[in-house]
Amino acid sequence: MDLSLSTRNVSGPGGDRTVVEVGGEIDVYTAPKLREQLVELVNDGSYHLVVDMEGVDFLDSTGLGVLVGGLKRVRAHEGSLRLVCNQERILKIFRITGLTKVFPIHTTVDEAVAATD
Amino acid sequence: MATVELRFSAQPEHVRTARLVAAAVARRAGVDEAVLDEVRLAVGEACSRAVGLHRSHGITAPVRVVLNEEEKAFSIEVGDGVTAAGDAAAGEARDGAAPGDSHESDAEGEDEMGLAVISGLVDDVEVTSGDDGGVIRMSWPTASAVALP
Repeated sequence: MDLSLSTRNVSGPGGDRTVVEVGGEIDVYTAPKLREQLVELVNDGSYHLVVDMEGVDFLDSTGLGVLVGGLKRVRAHEGSLRLVCNQERILKIFRITGLTKVFPIHTTVDEAVAATD
Repeated sequence: MATVELRFSAQPEHVRTARLVAAAVARRAGVDEAVLDEVRLAVGEACSRAVGLHRSHGITAPVRVVLNEEEKAFSIEVGDGVTAAGDAAAGEARDGAAPGDSHESDAEGEDEMGLAVISGLVDDVEVTSGDDGGVIRMSWPTASAVALP
């Protein structure tokens, strides 16, 4: 299964948030598409991103690298990158790489959009 | 002879094929269903790393994946064509590159993260490098290896 991407803007208590809904497999082949999308959003001035990973079937270290790259970019503009994920097999990858300490991970998009800290 | 052997040209789009084949053979070999996700991820990481190495070293030979069903274990070997000597030469070339070449350092960071994921996932893993290139060997117990009560 290929990667699917869609974005939408949502207003939260802390201001506008851009939700990036990701579906399919994020691997060495598809990760560049996600990277392009995140770079494009930041270049267009969206610095508060919520990446919804509920539709992701597979994530590898290339995908993690792209998310870390996205975080680096939004932080340069004092922005934020929050993840939405409830899937144990995806969460496990964040855990074994220690990235649960780097990314705020939420259970719902609403919760991520409402977060202001 | 290997149970299944796969060779693919060093293109990112073929890594998914390697993952699917490895998971299918592991399932047949009796690897626990709960562990198949780990097999899929680990073989994907090893193949992504090999593809990256082949591309950065300009190696045209295919990446090699050997899947072996053994008596009490299932093993996977992912071989790249980068010899220890070739890697040293590429290291020198990299050292000579202009600072701030962020793309290259990104790729190296991902390579290390790939190995970190593999070592976090797989208990039995061995990384070797020789005259024929580097090999990542991983193995998992199969159902027949689990002691009966």
